[in-house]
Amino acid sequence: MSNAINYVLFGWYPYLCLTVFLLGSLIRFDREQYTWKTGSSQLLRRRQLRWGSNLFHVGILAIFAGHFVGLLTPIWIFDTLGISHSFKQGLAIVVGGIAGIACFIGIALLAHRRLFDARIRSTSSFGDIAILLLLWLQLALGLSTIFVSLGHMDGHEMVKFMTWAQGILTLQPSAASYVSDVHPIFKAHLLLGMTIFLVFPFTRLVHVWSAPVWYLGRPGYQVVRTRFAERRSPTPVPTARPHAPAQTAVGAPVRQPAE
Amino acid sequence: MSHFLDRLTFFRKTVDEFSDGHGIVTNEDRSWEDAYRKRWQHDKIVRSTHGVNCTGSCSWKIYVKGGIVTWETQQTDYPRTRPDLPNHEPRGCARGASYSWYLYSGARVKYPMIRGRLLKLWRAARATMPPVAAWSSIVSDENKRKSYTAIRGHGGFVRATWDEANELIAAANAYTVKAHGPDRVIGFSPIPAMSMVSYAAGSRYLSLMGGVCMSFYDWYCDLPPASPQTWGEQTDVPESADWYNAGFIIVWGSNVPQTRTPDAHFYTEVRYKGTKSAVVSPDYAEATKFGDIWLNPKQGTDAALALAMGHVILREYHLDRNIPYFEDYTRKYTDMPFLVRLTERDGRFVPDRLLRASELPGALGEKNNPDWKTVAIDEATDALVAPVGSIGYRWGEKAKWNLEEKDGKGSDTRLKLTLAGADTEIAAVDFPYFGGRATEHFVATDHGEGEILTRNIPVRTIDCADGTSTKVATVYDLMMANYGLDRGFGGRNVATSYDDDTPFTPAWAERITGVKREAIITVAREFATNAEKTNGRSMIIIGAGMNHWYHMDMNYRGVINLLVFCGAVGQSGGGWSHYVGQEKLRPQTGWTPLAFALDWGRPPRQMNSTSFFYAHTDQWRYETLTAAEILSPTAPEGEWGQSFIDYNVRSERMGWLPSAPQLKQNPLEIAARAKAAGLETKDYVAQALKSGELELSCHDPDDPANWPRNMFVWRSNLLGSSGKGHEYFLKHLLGTTHGVMGKDLGAEGRVRNQEVVWHDKAPQGKLDLLVTLDFRMSTTCVYSDIVLPTATWYEKNDLNTSDMHPFIHPLSAAVDPAWEARSDWEIYRNLAKAFSDVAPEVLGVEEDVVLTPIQHDTAGELAQALGVKDWKRDEVAPLPGVTMPAVAVVKRDYPNLHARFTALGPLMKSVGNGGKGIAWNTEHEVDALAVLNGVHTAGAAKGLAKIESDIDATEVILMLAPETNGEVAVKAWEALSKATGREHAHLAIPKEDEKIRFRDVQAQPRKIISSPTWSGIESEKVCYNAGYTNVHELIPWRTLTGRQQLYQDHLWMRAFGEGFVTWKPPVDLKTVAAVKGMRPNGHKEIVLNFITPHQKWGIHSTYSDNLLMLTLNRGGPVVWISENDAGKAGIVDNDWVEVFNANGALTARAVVSQRVKDGMMLMYHAQEKIVNTPGSEMTGNRGGIHNSVTRTVLKPTHMIGGYAQQSYGFNYYGTVGSNRDEFIVVRKMANVDWLEGPLVPKEAAE
Repeated sequence: MSNAINYVLFGWYPYLCLTVFLLGSLIRFDREQYTWKTGSSQLLRRRQLRWGSNLFHVGILAIFAGHFVGLLTPIWIFDTLGISHSFKQGLAIVVGGIAGIACFIGIALLAHRRLFDARIRSTSSFGDIAILLLLWLQLALGLSTIFVSLGHMDGHEMVKFMTWAQGILTLQPSAASYVSDVHPIFKAHLLLGMTIFLVFPFTRLVHVWSAPVWYLGRPGYQVVRTRFAERRSPTPVPTARPHAPAQTAVGAPVRQPAE
Repeated sequence: MSHFLDRLTFFRKTVDEFSDGHGIVTNEDRSWEDAYRKRWQHDKIVRSTHGVNCTGSCSWKIYVKGGIVTWETQQTDYPRTRPDLPNHEPRGCARGASYSWYLYSGARVKYPMIRGRLLKLWRAARATMPPVAAWSSIVSDENKRKSYTAIRGHGGFVRATWDEANELIAAANAYTVKAHGPDRVIGFSPIPAMSMVSYAAGSRYLSLMGGVCMSFYDWYCDLPPASPQTWGEQTDVPESADWYNAGFIIVWGSNVPQTRTPDAHFYTEVRYKGTKSAVVSPDYAEATKFGDIWLNPKQGTDAALALAMGHVILREYHLDRNIPYFEDYTRKYTDMPFLVRLTERDGRFVPDRLLRASELPGALGEKNNPDWKTVAIDEATDALVAPVGSIGYRWGEKAKWNLEEKDGKGSDTRLKLTLAGADTEIAAVDFPYFGGRATEHFVATDHGEGEILTRNIPVRTIDCADGTSTKVATVYDLMMANYGLDRGFGGRNVATSYDDDTPFTPAWAERITGVKREAIITVAREFATNAEKTNGRSMIIIGAGMNHWYHMDMNYRGVINLLVFCGAVGQSGGGWSHYVGQEKLRPQTGWTPLAFALDWGRPPRQMNSTSFFYAHTDQWRYETLTAAEILSPTAPEGEWGQSFIDYNVRSERMGWLPSAPQLKQNPLEIAARAKAAGLETKDYVAQALKSGELELSCHDPDDPANWPRNMFVWRSNLLGSSGKGHEYFLKHLLGTTHGVMGKDLGAEGRVRNQEVVWHDKAPQGKLDLLVTLDFRMSTTCVYSDIVLPTATWYEKNDLNTSDMHPFIHPLSAAVDPAWEARSDWEIYRNLAKAFSDVAPEVLGVEEDVVLTPIQHDTAGELAQALGVKDWKRDEVAPLPGVTMPAVAVVKRDYPNLHARFTALGPLMKSVGNGGKGIAWNTEHEVDALAVLNGVHTAGAAKGLAKIESDIDATEVILMLAPETNGEVAVKAWEALSKATGREHAHLAIPKEDEKIRFRDVQAQPRKIISSPTWSGIESEKVCYNAGYTNVHELIPWRTLTGRQQLYQDHLWMRAFGEGFVTWKPPVDLKTVAAVKGMRPNGHKEIVLNFITPHQKWGIHSTYSDNLLMLTLNRGGPVVWISENDAGKAGIVDNDWVEVFNANGALTARAVVSQRVKDGMMLMYHAQEKIVNTPGSEMTGNRGGIHNSVTRTVLKPTHMIGGYAQQSYGFNYYGTVGSNRDEFIVVRKMANVDWLEGPLVPKEAAE
């Protein structure tokens, strides 16, 4: 029985979550562009936001990178590079711990602000509060795994998670069995993590997809959009200016020699 | 197809670059841009405006999108002006632009709402009884009645259906008509010009019933009684474009950029043309920044400032130097050449009445109205003449009522201004001086002997018809003496130098006003010099602020005199520009028959609100001011010591002021009594009043038989804005929780009234039913028994005009009324239907006896020429329409009230139409309306033109009014020509074929057509300017002399020392001492003068609950105080403060500002207590409104009637609700309690 439950939770549930995560994001992106936002509360109150948001984001980005690289990098790569499991375990605990604490302080500030500032509270949706509490709980769980991990610094437990994660991604039916005997706290962490993927498209988390990293390397300061881009609006709406090909000022910018 | 797939073209997105790679060209999807385009797309634009008693009267574009009003922007298509004159645009301010918020806001009234307890009683009674009996069972049972009246203002509304609400109201009305009389059904709605049809809807319903329509202009204290006194004109002023024609402008107590925002541009523009401007304002108001010079007198001392300026102008421009234009103007257009009798007293003389032809041997040959023909001296022959144009020539004869320089026999004459000459007789004449009566808050100045200034003037002794002789003097000579000018006749109390401390020199004024004498002299000189050079293009823009003082007439007459001395009235670019609300109902004569149902029965019942509320909210019971305090030391012999309510009662019974309710007996029963007595009704009423068989209600306003019973309020926020003595309204009229802290005179043992019955226990809750129509839950709605949801200004069809521009333009339904709202027209039409259905239970066709006061602009205004005689004191016989109110019998067809409401009645054809004393035939227009609106094919109105919809109603107005129908205009001018004997039709003939329809004004605002209803004209050459036709067409002013009346000779005017303009300090209302320190809260209490100007963030009664506007200031009620006063009281900016006196208390945040003068507090008026108002520590109730600390005080001189220009007219003359003399205590609040718990059971059970 427990085997079956384990199989459902760690063999099937991941696919449910990933499907909803990807498909949900796609549908929401295509159909509900106006909802694709973080809904910043900075306008309502700046207090606690600078510290809270920055600590939280720096922390969570580091944690995300750690999980991403740590879980999904094929083991043979580590082996080839000569990175031992125990070293990796140690690195994960130290870096993850620091980032986790930073993130935890950040999210605590944000949660306090969201819950106890009257105007932010009253302008928050259920999803805004729920996702914050979910992340807070997940972070707490993640940090508490450190104490378990300290008990097996050889990294063998970590390998189980790598195998499982890579097994899920490579569609191996037996993936669930790799984590059947890990500490319950890990299981809880995994489950909640997958659940976050599940609710992702329904929350403000979608802004993760649209992190404006392209700005870092954008080539031009002035962006001019051509007029002749394919129209995709379902019902044609008259544009502000008529489609007059003779007009060049906006449609096809003329290169002006420097004057 | 997909935003996501688009993103996959990431590497092909950039198709080009420019500026060395600093710019890129992309071909990404752009459909998102349409969202921004759609933001400003809309389905349609509809023309409407804001019916909020704002003189801006701006036309707006209302944008509708998906059936929802989304926003509004300014219309920019006003008809052009003319070359060299700026156009009217831009018009429209931020307050107007915020209006669309209301349509879908939480403040909106969405359904008919009835007080829950009342509805429960009604349903229970209605289950077993027909409607009228059901209502009777509720109001006849004191406990039932009190169960809902005593909790007014405490919530408890429930939704009802329209049918149920209409039936209840109709039953209440029918019961009241039957049980007490139709004059117990009262309606208050102000300012027809802001939405004429909406006003007319309710007033038509009431007038068909015999109900009472209440005045508003006088109640608001926007009516300056000085205007009817001087010109016989309610108010007539230049349009704002005429400011651009002025050479010198004084802005006096008017905050033009703030309260006349859409018109301020003319003021800005004319300054670029080189026009100089002086601004007079006690506080650093926005307008002061426009002034080349700012005079900041102590508040309430404007008259002193004006007198000093008049002193300078008379000295330099009339005495020391002769300016032909000024002298000529004075001679032709003012009463200055006319002779005043002087009465001897203690060897000196007091100015008496103007001399009349009838007092001279042979009455100067005048047989028609010689009592009413004033007399002057012809310069050439030195003989006494009765020049044409005086009011005696207006009635009973033709073609002699004009301002030609002729006497009654048709001989040319040139009137003598002064009697001064080589061998002139000099006499000492007494003038009163009130300056010593100032309270501690103002500067008291002692002059003269025992408040009397005796001055020498040239006089002449003449022989009278009765064999006696009398001394006379010209108004001119008296005027010079009144201003304290030394002309070399010897004697005291006159000044040779401006530095003499003699009334009314600049040095004298400096003491009182605090304005430096040099500044006074400079402004006076520049004002007059400009007028001299431009033939009168000097203008004074004046706001109601100055008019709200108890002695407003002195302020205004002081200012008017400056204009008249400089020949500025009636000249383009000159004159008296008094702007308050939308008092200019341009198509008035077309509207009046519709509004007061004159097409079915005449006369209508109308009442002056100030006296009504003074009596029926029992404010008279708390009167602290006595007649002795304002009586002149030169008052003629007489019994002057009565209380003001007594004066008012005397005025009512002499037929001077109206009465409502009128008689203690039901007026529906009187005609039958007369028949039984075998007398004509009017004779019966006169006899029965004398014998005591009939009694006037005014003698006992607290007797239940005389209470007003039903009241409608629509288009108004009576209880949240204009109700002076707000807390007295709550206590006595409504009978609910109130904040009155003072005790009435009975409790204080100071009852003074003689004419009025005193009841030891004052009634609480006179009204059986208060019904309010509004689109928002205003303060008035909150206190009502029934609230009916009405259409907003974007949901109904109506008409709008203003005095600031010459256009008529519409309110239009951009969308249907939201939720269950209906237009006012539809509400009252349906109510009329419900009433007709309910009435037959108790009412049929009835004969209603209507009493009306003696009306201005009718022959009746020649009532008591030579003295005041009271029939009640057996001084004269009661003669209806002469010594007592006129009596008329009007037939009411109650079961057919609806049929009459929706049809243009037969009297328009059989009697015709008219206004302001002229009448014309209107058959052609009635026929045209039948074709335009269609006719009823059945029922009581068969064959008559329909008035079913609001648009039908607009067409009635537009068709009948000379201002919108050129053909009528020509008829009207021709009718006037009969009286004046001069041709005037040329003013309208070019527009004879112009007939403005409702669809025309929807297409574009239309300029109105010149009409004799008004004293200005519309033309290509001049802007609209008041008095223009008097000066240029020689049409007399509608006054005693036919000229601008600077001397007021009525007995009561002389008794109170207002024959000539003088200085009267603000009165002492004694409301502070009783409550100062009464309930200490640990904070310091200071006393300030309470001033209530108009808002920056609101217009009139609306907008103070508009979120968009609230966001711009402190989000709730505020009061402004100076830094020094705040420091004294330990108040810092934004503190919660309480403001209170014996009248009540209000709570607000303090704005501490250098703008405010020490000693005064500004509270922008009409800040509603429904928004952000905590409880008062003094009363324990929620803080009140600005009128919680005010109380109405009447002035006897405003009660004069039956005397030429001082005759009653609805909103024309009568008592006014002044409020500026009020003082309050202010202190910081210790405990801000929001009173958010449920109603305390004690109150609930009461």
